[in-house]
Amino acid sequence: MYGYVGRRILATLPVLAIVAIVIFAILHLSPGDPAAVIAGDQATPQQTAEIRSKLGLDRPLYEQFAVWLGSLLRGDLGVSIFSNQPVTRLLGQRLEPTISLTLTTTIVMVLLAVPIGVIAAWRAESWIDHAAMTLAVLGFSLPIFVVAYLLIYGLAMRLDVFPVQGYKPLSDGIGAWALHLVLPSLTLGLSFMALIARITRASVLEVLNQDYIRTARSKGLGTWQLLLHHALANAAVPIVTIIGVGVALLLGGVVVTESVFAIPGIGRLVVDAILTRDYPVIQGVLLIFSGIYVLLNLLVDVLYVVLDPRIRY
Amino acid sequence: MRTRARRWMHKRLDHAGLGLLTIALAFTLAGPAAAQKKTIRSVPIGSLKIVDPIWTTAYITRNHAYMVWDTLFALDANNVPQPQMVDSWSVSDDKLSYVFKLRDGLKWHDNTPVRAADCVASLKRWAAKDGMGRALWEFTANVEATDDKTFKLVLKQPVGFVLEALGKIDSNVPFMMPERLANTDPNTQITEVIGSGPFRFVKEEFVPGSKVVYEKFEGYVPRKEPASQAAGGKVVKIDRVESTYLPDAAVATAALAKGEIDLLESPSDDLMRTLEKNPDIAIEPNDPLGYQLFVVINHLHPPFDKKEARQALLWGIKQTDFLAAIISDAKRYQACPAVFGCGGANESRLGAEPLAGYDPAKAKAMLASAGYDGRPLVVMDPADNTILHPAALVATQTLRRMGATVDLQAMDWSTLTQRRASKDPPGQVGWNLFVTNATLTGIGNPLLHTYVKNCEQAWYGWPCERRIVELTRQWALETDAGKRKQITDELQKAHLDNVSYIPLGQYRSIIAYRKELTGLIRAPSLFYWNIEKR
Repeated sequence: MYGYVGRRILATLPVLAIVAIVIFAILHLSPGDPAAVIAGDQATPQQTAEIRSKLGLDRPLYEQFAVWLGSLLRGDLGVSIFSNQPVTRLLGQRLEPTISLTLTTTIVMVLLAVPIGVIAAWRAESWIDHAAMTLAVLGFSLPIFVVAYLLIYGLAMRLDVFPVQGYKPLSDGIGAWALHLVLPSLTLGLSFMALIARITRASVLEVLNQDYIRTARSKGLGTWQLLLHHALANAAVPIVTIIGVGVALLLGGVVVTESVFAIPGIGRLVVDAILTRDYPVIQGVLLIFSGIYVLLNLLVDVLYVVLDPRIRY
Repeated sequence: MRTRARRWMHKRLDHAGLGLLTIALAFTLAGPAAAQKKTIRSVPIGSLKIVDPIWTTAYITRNHAYMVWDTLFALDANNVPQPQMVDSWSVSDDKLSYVFKLRDGLKWHDNTPVRAADCVASLKRWAAKDGMGRALWEFTANVEATDDKTFKLVLKQPVGFVLEALGKIDSNVPFMMPERLANTDPNTQITEVIGSGPFRFVKEEFVPGSKVVYEKFEGYVPRKEPASQAAGGKVVKIDRVESTYLPDAAVATAALAKGEIDLLESPSDDLMRTLEKNPDIAIEPNDPLGYQLFVVINHLHPPFDKKEARQALLWGIKQTDFLAAIISDAKRYQACPAVFGCGGANESRLGAEPLAGYDPAKAKAMLASAGYDGRPLVVMDPADNTILHPAALVATQTLRRMGATVDLQAMDWSTLTQRRASKDPPGQVGWNLFVTNATLTGIGNPLLHTYVKNCEQAWYGWPCERRIVELTRQWALETDAGKRKQITDELQKAHLDNVSYIPLGQYRSIIAYRKELTGLIRAPSLFYWNIEKR
């Protein structure tokens, strides 16, 4: 097991190297000029060229790649072309909001989706099942920004329960922190909640038809004990897989959610960087995100062993 | 009975105690609230990432810089330069030597005094980057500090724009910085934000691209005159400004309506109807002159390498079609055929008959007679820009009305800024036409105009009319206002005859704010001095 984890961690290195090459190539071969953005619309072509030269953007692509790779090997993600601040510092500033949002969303979606899926399976083909699955289809079909606007209109503007936008750090108090995360978490969680609820329902439904469940029922086990200890536990592997995928997808979802709710997280950072072609920031963030994806997959694989003793690596 | 009575008493006392505790707690909480700093929470025109106003011409950085740094001169509401950091100044009889003396009490945010040497270094860095600064430096023989509070500017020959240049409000504004910062290479961004302006930049709270915080600089000594555009007394009546960028216009509007923020520097035109119904919110034009919308034409490739084809465009364009597509309120825009804009000091309408006399049939005939062979004309459309995207669509329709085949290419603004530099044929990476905008405070001045340079040094589109270069030089040297007006007329005619570009009229930007705020100053940049918050 430990050998397997070690091998998997080592395997992330070539993956990240390929990601680095692909990211660099795509960014630098696509159109867009950070020097023109910096110089501003009224700058002369000469002024823009001077800035391009100072930033080293007029050097051959392989030279620029070598410089970036050299810094990367020293653990340096580079410096933002625009704000002149180290990418690691920018990431540090934005980490708390994104982690808070991802964490609360994961908690919200798991706490809501798994019970909904279990109950829908238990009461399959009843009105509860139909209602739960309708909700799931709606949640999955509605674009994130539409859900965001509906929640803002209903819960922030009409009922005045939550703030429209913004983020309060934990240092401002847990109440303010949580209050500002409710709407973004619901927005982001709804589509993933739908996904997890559907998979949970299907998995639990399959397990409920097994002989050992019938045996457990005939032994006189209560419904909840049956559902939680026998059905859900044995249906856990696909559910954990989809939660893992969901958390990875959340990282993509935070981009839209952070923009709509003005949360100064990593999603906003990368969108801004893409719009202005701030290469070091885009490259740094995408590399970190790729690393997180790889580690999440590893975590899910390790959890399989915990959940199903038959699985061995 | 007695026991029950005692219990009852205890219960009452407990409740009273709880009540007192609640009141005490309320006071404890209300205490800091009452003493809370007066803060304006605003949404700026864009996200601030670059803090150096000399390194970039971006307006968001210019606006930030007005908070932190101060200027030697500043334009008042009549666009006349007035002394700002300067206490007194004089010019020699031969108009070659200017002496400037700084005001008493000026100090940097680190509480060190502002020295004339700081100003000299700042001017040198600005002149290396700014168009008007470069023009001034062409005629400058020397600039030096003569003592801690005085410096001298010596010219090679008299020019008529020294104070105009020092007081300019359009990017790059000559902001004064400490000498150690001003000695930074002009093509490298400064690393410290230390100014002598009315607000102090709070470095610890700066989140590039998201939030910037300023606090009142207690050491600032404002002028005695009332505030007037960028000039006059910069009296700060609040403690703090928190400027947070909200990228989603609908959410920003909702946040203003709900009172989570106090001011939107650039509200969405589409959402104005919602805000207009709210009695707590005021919506007003902020910039007295506003922006000029204009068509950039590529002069290097057919058909617009021929003057006749470019002139055909003048007859084919209906300015109000463009303006109505970008601004819903007709009171906020006006058709204007003047190259230097309408309402400013350099307005001239000479030679504007084709642009004012919309005739699509004539335009079509002229384009055909100019030899247009039906090849697709590439129009670049920055689809992520809410002003320029609809304008690009109208430009496309205009060309189609003239019988042209159009290849409308959607892209983001950043891609456009790179593509516009390409001189390749339109079938490859090049282009024929795009629409953009510029502030009237910039484009309204012949020395700041986008096409102040022609031919080899021209802005994108690369028009070439030697006469414009010569006339601009004459304008710079002329000190007589009457003669300057004549040269402006000649420039207007020359630009429109050669069709350097095509002005599409002008429009004013608006701000929306909660009525708790009073004393906002009308200017191209939003200034936070003079504003009171009830």
